[in-house]
Amino acid sequence: MNTKLHIQSYCKIKDNTVTLDGNVVFKDNADDLKSFLKSTYKHLNLKYGKFFKMDSLSKIAFLASEFIFNKSQIDRKSDTIAIVFSNNASSLETDRKHQKSIDNADDYFPSPTIFVYTLPNIGIGEISIRHQLKSENAFFVFNNYNAEFHYTYENSLIQSKKADAVLGGWINVDDDKNYEAFVYLVSKKGEIEHNKKQLNKLYLK
Amino acid sequence: MENLKQELKAKIIENLNLEDFKVEDIDDNDSLFGDGLGLDSIDALELIVMLDKDYGIKISDPKKGKDIFESIQTMAQFIMDNKTK
Amino acid sequence: MSKGVAVTGMGIISSIGNNLEENYQSLVSEKQGISKIKKIKTIHKNVIKVGEIDYTNNELVTLLGLSDSNNYSRTAMLGELAAKEAVKNANITDINKYRTGLISATSVGGMDMTEKFYYSQFKETKNRKYIASHDAGDTSKKIAESLGITGFVSTISTACSSSANAIMLGARLIKAGKIDRVIVGGSDCLSKFTINGFKTLMILSETDCKPFDENRTGLNLGEAAAFLVLESDEVVKNENKKVLAYVSGYANANDAYHQTASSENGEGATLAMQKALKIAKIKPTEIDYINAHGTATPNNDHSESSALINVFGANVPDFSSTKAYTGHTLAAAAAIEAVYSILAIQNEIIFPNLNFETPITDTLLVPKTEVTKKEIQHVLSNSFGFGGNCSTLIFSKA
Repeated sequence: MNTKLHIQSYCKIKDNTVTLDGNVVFKDNADDLKSFLKSTYKHLNLKYGKFFKMDSLSKIAFLASEFIFNKSQIDRKSDTIAIVFSNNASSLETDRKHQKSIDNADDYFPSPTIFVYTLPNIGIGEISIRHQLKSENAFFVFNNYNAEFHYTYENSLIQSKKADAVLGGWINVDDDKNYEAFVYLVSKKGEIEHNKKQLNKLYLK
Repeated sequence: MENLKQELKAKIIENLNLEDFKVEDIDDNDSLFGDGLGLDSIDALELIVMLDKDYGIKISDPKKGKDIFESIQTMAQFIMDNKTK
Repeated sequence: MSKGVAVTGMGIISSIGNNLEENYQSLVSEKQGISKIKKIKTIHKNVIKVGEIDYTNNELVTLLGLSDSNNYSRTAMLGELAAKEAVKNANITDINKYRTGLISATSVGGMDMTEKFYYSQFKETKNRKYIASHDAGDTSKKIAESLGITGFVSTISTACSSSANAIMLGARLIKAGKIDRVIVGGSDCLSKFTINGFKTLMILSETDCKPFDENRTGLNLGEAAAFLVLESDEVVKNENKKVLAYVSGYANANDAYHQTASSENGEGATLAMQKALKIAKIKPTEIDYINAHGTATPNNDHSESSALINVFGANVPDFSSTKAYTGHTLAAAAAIEAVYSILAIQNEIIFPNLNFETPITDTLLVPKTEVTKKEIQHVLSNSFGFGGNCSTLIFSKA
């Protein structure tokens, strides 16, 4: 018999605003994405210098997961938490930066730090390093947020006892103005049922 | 040499995104890696790029970086001895 | 032992061969495909060595019968060639007779064309068609369309473990009854983007790479594509298919250590191997051959050796890295190595770890250095990607 699963908590980051479980928890007037993400970091009172080396995609994923983990009662030391993310732009925003650094044969200094982030799953690595999560993790590229796929995958990970909880989500960064994150924690606890309809509803909210 | 050291401190903070640090916070002999500033292997590679870009010094063996980048003092000394720009 | 999911077809193109047979012949005759770069205009042309596929882009267009107005990247062309070979190899005549899907992996996508034409696209219109083919997802879409697949299509991008994850997901979808048949694998072509990126991380070798050797200096990048056809037991029975091997075990874990380096103790790798063995319901002693990730970087080979010792103790099975043949083909690596693992089982041969001379001082593991005849029941294949993404697959004799 399948265990009933819930969306224990969800975080959305878009238009300089962070909402957690439907409530605005942080807002900022910053002109650019980098400044907004820095203020959000400060708001969370994080003492994690490595944050500033990350690219925007990883920063957003990292921050969304911080809001969720702060609220949830997940015991990160003993509960296994898997991560399943997706987006449509892959690591395009950072790819452009890397490409720019190798365009001009006369001013030719590619940056290792930038290259490291030219893969969409590095953000998963950052969250894993921060919270020492060593379970299954995957990153998919779809045209749009695919609630059915996410529901099936996340549900199966917990039902098959591969993980106690799953951090799922859609995190996309196209450029400074066009970014969005919808990250959520799936577990046995919670009030919103974990299914395709609810995931779509929360994503579109 | 003093000017170079100050310059290096500012560059390191900017190139390595060390948001929590100011130039005054870094002592000439502070350990850059490990317990000091806590830089890692990717930071070391960035410093190698910086040496090439700003001082014309090319390092082909990343392992040599460990000695050169021990502190601001050792970096400045190495640059004074080897720069071509 | 858990039987697993049937593999009924394979297709591959790499620097050691343009199809299954050519790849196999190169493997058994120790013919490596590493050389200086021929086709890409880069300042590193005479410095590094790579595993480059012979075909030019124009030749690929002709082979695939594409029209002049096509906007295929090299990644997509290589992928389509390999996927078509796999489907033919599986004797599939009506692709939509069963619920069929495609899961493809890539890290480069259409970047090879983007970097060539990006600036000209502002002024001229003739190369703007490549803008649409830049995305990772477009490669998968093109392959799916060329095969006539109308079912589930997805793209995985988790660096060097990408196609392992594609194979894993495909196997699970079939086991869960969500799909009857799925083409799984990946494709990546060489590009200035990756060459320069890896160069700045200082992990490229200027000579032929030496996996697991104490004096290894880094990896050779490569380009390749490979796909497997996985089919459910019902399809195998109904169509009277010959099963080439079974995907009997698979697992994925995160190393949680660094964005690009592996932990010294190979924790993520250890977890992935242990979990894969558990899924396959076999003991470590039952593994006959390990096709290692073995990129020949100082970091990976040391970390992977530690992980092998963690899992297998004093009895590490016969192992080798085939990356000295093909180079590290990034997102396609796990797929081409899956093909090699299955070829090993079918032909009862372990392929050698070329260029090996001296074992790593700390771990003293010695890979197989010659083509070795051996009956093989189970092969374990490792693929570890940036971001700490560690995947292991186990293939078993049919």
